[in-house]
Amino acid sequence: MPATPQTWVGRSIARVEDAALLTGRGQFIDDLGVPPGTLHAAILRSPHAHAAIRRIETARAKAAPGVSAILTGADVERLTSSLPVGVRAPIKCWPIAVDRVRYVGEPVAVVVASDRYRAEDALDLIEVDYELLPVVVDPRAALDANSPRLHEGLGSNIASERQFRYGDPEAAFAGAAHRIGIDVTYPRNSCTPLETYGVVASYDPGEDSYDILSSFQGPFSIHSVIARALKVTGNRLRMRTPPNSGGSFGVKQGVFPYIVLIGVASRVAGRPVKWIEDRLEHLTASVSATNRATHLEAAIDAQGRVLALAWDQVEDVGAHIRAPEPATLYRMHGNLTGAYDIRHVSVRNRVVVTNKTPTGLNRGFGGPQVYYALERLMQRVARRLGLDPVDVIRRNLVPADRFPYRTATGALLDSGDYQTALDIALSEGSLADLEERRSTARKAGRRYGIGFTAVIEPSVSNMGYITTALPPEERRKAGPKNGAQATATISLDPLGAVTAHVSSVPQGQGHRTVLAQVIADELGLKPADIVVATEMDTAKDAWSIASGNYSSRFAAAVCGAGQIAAQRLRRRLAAIAATQLNVRAEDIELADGKARSRSNPGNAIAFGRLAATSHWAPGTLPSEEATAIRETAFWTPPELTAPTEADEINSSLCHGFIFDMCGVEIDEVTGAVRIDKYVTMHDCGRVLHPGMVAGQITGGFAHAVGAALYEEYAYGEDGSFLTGTFADYLAPTAMEVPSPVILHMETPSPFTPLGAKGVGEGNCMSTPVCLANAVADALDIDDIDLPLTPAKIIAAIGEAEPAAPRQTGGANAAAGAAGAGRALHGSGSAHVHAPVQAVWSALLDAKVLASIIPGCHGLEQVSPTHFRADVTLGVGPVKGLYRAEVKLSDLVEHRSARLEGRAIGALGAAHGEGLIRLTAGADGGTLIAYEYDAQIGGKAASIGGRLLDGAARIVIRQFFEALSRRVGGAQRPIWRAWLEQILKALGVRP
Amino acid sequence: MKPPRFDYVRAESRAEAIQVLAAEGADARVIAGGQTLIPMLSMRLARPKVLVDIMGLAELGRIEHRDGTLHVGSAVRQSALLALPDLARVQPLLAQALPWVGHAQTRNRGTVCGSIAHADPSAELPLVLIALEGEVHLARRWRQRKVRAQDFLVGMMSTARADDELITGVTFPQARPGQGFAFREFGRRHGDFALTACAAVADAASIRLAIGGVADRPVARTWGNLTGSALEDALNELAHALDARDDLHASARMRRDLVRKLGAQTIAEARRCRD
Repeated sequence: MPATPQTWVGRSIARVEDAALLTGRGQFIDDLGVPPGTLHAAILRSPHAHAAIRRIETARAKAAPGVSAILTGADVERLTSSLPVGVRAPIKCWPIAVDRVRYVGEPVAVVVASDRYRAEDALDLIEVDYELLPVVVDPRAALDANSPRLHEGLGSNIASERQFRYGDPEAAFAGAAHRIGIDVTYPRNSCTPLETYGVVASYDPGEDSYDILSSFQGPFSIHSVIARALKVTGNRLRMRTPPNSGGSFGVKQGVFPYIVLIGVASRVAGRPVKWIEDRLEHLTASVSATNRATHLEAAIDAQGRVLALAWDQVEDVGAHIRAPEPATLYRMHGNLTGAYDIRHVSVRNRVVVTNKTPTGLNRGFGGPQVYYALERLMQRVARRLGLDPVDVIRRNLVPADRFPYRTATGALLDSGDYQTALDIALSEGSLADLEERRSTARKAGRRYGIGFTAVIEPSVSNMGYITTALPPEERRKAGPKNGAQATATISLDPLGAVTAHVSSVPQGQGHRTVLAQVIADELGLKPADIVVATEMDTAKDAWSIASGNYSSRFAAAVCGAGQIAAQRLRRRLAAIAATQLNVRAEDIELADGKARSRSNPGNAIAFGRLAATSHWAPGTLPSEEATAIRETAFWTPPELTAPTEADEINSSLCHGFIFDMCGVEIDEVTGAVRIDKYVTMHDCGRVLHPGMVAGQITGGFAHAVGAALYEEYAYGEDGSFLTGTFADYLAPTAMEVPSPVILHMETPSPFTPLGAKGVGEGNCMSTPVCLANAVADALDIDDIDLPLTPAKIIAAIGEAEPAAPRQTGGANAAAGAAGAGRALHGSGSAHVHAPVQAVWSALLDAKVLASIIPGCHGLEQVSPTHFRADVTLGVGPVKGLYRAEVKLSDLVEHRSARLEGRAIGALGAAHGEGLIRLTAGADGGTLIAYEYDAQIGGKAASIGGRLLDGAARIVIRQFFEALSRRVGGAQRPIWRAWLEQILKALGVRP
Repeated sequence: MKPPRFDYVRAESRAEAIQVLAAEGADARVIAGGQTLIPMLSMRLARPKVLVDIMGLAELGRIEHRDGTLHVGSAVRQSALLALPDLARVQPLLAQALPWVGHAQTRNRGTVCGSIAHADPSAELPLVLIALEGEVHLARRWRQRKVRAQDFLVGMMSTARADDELITGVTFPQARPGQGFAFREFGRRHGDFALTACAAVADAASIRLAIGGVADRPVARTWGNLTGSALEDALNELAHALDARDDLHASARMRRDLVRKLGAQTIAEARRCRD
């Protein structure tokens, strides 16, 4: 490494962040001290996907030790305004359920107590009376006008619908040689940061102001949302962020409803309140990417050129259209033609609400959903027309001589040479090697496939793209929204040292290091001379609505603002140096820690001394304008204009290019996918720090492997959430993520100060579909949805199963596809040593029932056929207290009865029904045959899915064993039971 | 995710631990490595009044060779057993299966007996104990007993341990000349709960195959020296008899496939290892 490099930018210098992070000195929100007297919040959450709240009983919880306050929807409704919703409709969105719950995990009450343990103890004492409502979980089902309605004010479950038309798609389809379509169902997943949400809120009644520290990541457009919700002006909401973040990937934008909620809690409690989200809360109820159902058709000419696309997207944003949704759908609107030169496009976008957790920002934001459809379709075109998939991609790429290129839907592709990138990828990444591997594997009878994908990676979002969701006339009324203000401040202190601040809220990426490189280059310093602060304080820092860390805007926008601020300071310092060195300002250069004359380098002044001048000797400055103490730059690119009247939108400023190819092999026994080789070619413009770019690509790739092979936020048909732990939500680990081969070329962006483009999200867009294309190639199939689980792959292989040798199996056999939900079906039988009459009367006898229902503590007979009981149910060490209700109906004396029951407790809720049939046995006993259908929701379903069937069977068996013992007469002589009791009391067991 | 209140007793002697269990019965829970119990407490799935910590009891922390068996005390961590010199010779099945138990970090805390006491249907150690026909040693006031693995593991997370009994250890038979062992498992990711796990023991006259992750407890079959279609039929019968279920991670059909195919691979490997 040369002592004086040409530039610091472009080199992989050591990250200044790492020393603290690697030695445990990172300062994350939960590590920071809190003001004395801070209380702790815990949140009661809905176990139901859809229910009316009839009553919330909080008296016992309020009286519990250490409890200061309890909030419910009514308190929050009184003290705040509704969060804005992304559509024009008379509906509200609160950070806590008001009258109705619409998804599992929706906050229902907040307990504020002296510590989190006591707060959670008190949660157990709150009783909520729910009236269950029908649910809708699937986005296609939500289109049905008769589907169970979530928000009456919407009139249906379609929150937004828009149709767009660019070019002449009808003519293109009419004249095309081929019309090829695809249906895809993109699942829900998330990038699951290591650190969960955190909020420390403090309300000052004297000033009617809030000071809120949170793990929020931006965009700070949400500051306005929170201030309005809390009913204060912007200057009475001070939002701060901690120095370090334990990851976000977009997800921590979703902390904002909790900022409102905990803010109100602090106001009600009269003390600061801290809340740290736990992992179950995070997986259940933070945010995820949207799931989407897409139908995409392409008009194709005889040579495999795509002439037109027709998109039909149904976006599922969950139970509320919470800010900034439906942004996931519109972030890619300018890029619906991907990397291809396609001039005719029609789009139908529908946004639906379902009984699932509301969605939000997530790495890739809208890209994975779009490219899964588009790039699966490109593979299908090749397959149907018998063309080479790489040729189909190549024929359709935007030509290299057309940049900047305006896409049909309005994006302005800034720069690129996609054909060259493709050539480099195929040669340096060696397609020949992949083909060799495939042919060797196939000759040996193994299933091996190759996938390709080409994508545009948009970055630096246009803050106005979301308004494309509104028709032009409504946009005109609201006034134009566009741009993306980046801010950077650089200060010189009296000792001449340089401090910089950017409103970028990094999540571990290394922003402090790269900014120091950028500023060092401008000021002729070393990066180590510059200290960069990135924590935010809206009361003191320069910021705007685009502040924060999202849409891969750091390198392209924030660094650019930093460079502009540094350049301005450099010009002022040059003016000061010119007077001191007696040369013209144009002759001054800043280099090697000095300001010096270019023509006479010996004529120089140390940077520190020069930089201190404005503090110590302002009288010597050549002019007032030359004061060099602090410089704040705001930068927004002019290319980010508001949507046009024709709905064209340049949704992002920069457009990187990615071409991926990979080989996968499938294990026929297990259905497991092994990624044999993965090549990812990137053009992200100018590379500022190659090591960090490799880190971004590797991290995005790891997330994408998760999305492709492992991860899904799964819901049952009843809306129960099934993946509440990392045993069920499978994020890949180092064992599952191979190292991709990373290739680069650089075509600098003409629109950004440094020529850089974003690079943080591309593989989340390209890799899931590339892997799916490879798996489809290996299995020689047309359709496959993510995640590519072994069960799906075994089903796709479709081998016939050897028949069961004879009737086998135990008490029951549950059916249904994997992941169908936590609906339990079962049947069985029990033999009781008692006549039918005795069994029958026992089943209707409250006393008997009380003694045979497992874990029953007292049973109340509401009517002859209606019982209420508190029961402790569980298996092994797992036990939960439930309030249960059982009703008997369809009584056919001595023959059959129908049971309908529900139970609710801290571990969740269950409801179900069963049928019992009694038959007299030859031995004078009774055969009891039973069958049941039950649904289990809440915590038990979220964390124990693997074990629920077995647990239900055990509890039911216990019931019938107890029944048998109770009415079947003593199997053991009475004296023996007495003896056992006595021996037990003595601590002896026979 | 904070546990409810509980008392904590760090037992200073085996007698003290047993005394607490006798006094508190089902309200007491033994804590050893805590790799299952602590998350259960934090999620409030389990609410014992008292935890009895046995990790300070040196007498339970030993691994001993006793009469052709390997006796593992109930305070022995999984990593300690895996690190036993010569484990691969003394009992190859343990040496093969232990790396599949969770992750290195959880093995450093989790105990061998704790996993068996918890009786998760997918856990490797109960499976190995069943495959090898090992025993569980239990003690209560004035009495001790040994229970065969197949009698101890009665169902999902359910065992024959009485509420006042302490597991003092388990014994695994040592490998005998002429035996071959093999272990195979398939899970979604390394360290996940097994979708299906197979442990096989082969000798000159018979094969024994134990399957975990499918039924509500590990299930074993001993067959004569079956080969070819007779073995295929036997595996198919077992696959159907286990009453496999669908869950989020695998279909019942897929589990039956794994019993047949992974089972056959495991048996073949165990036979090869005899030579």
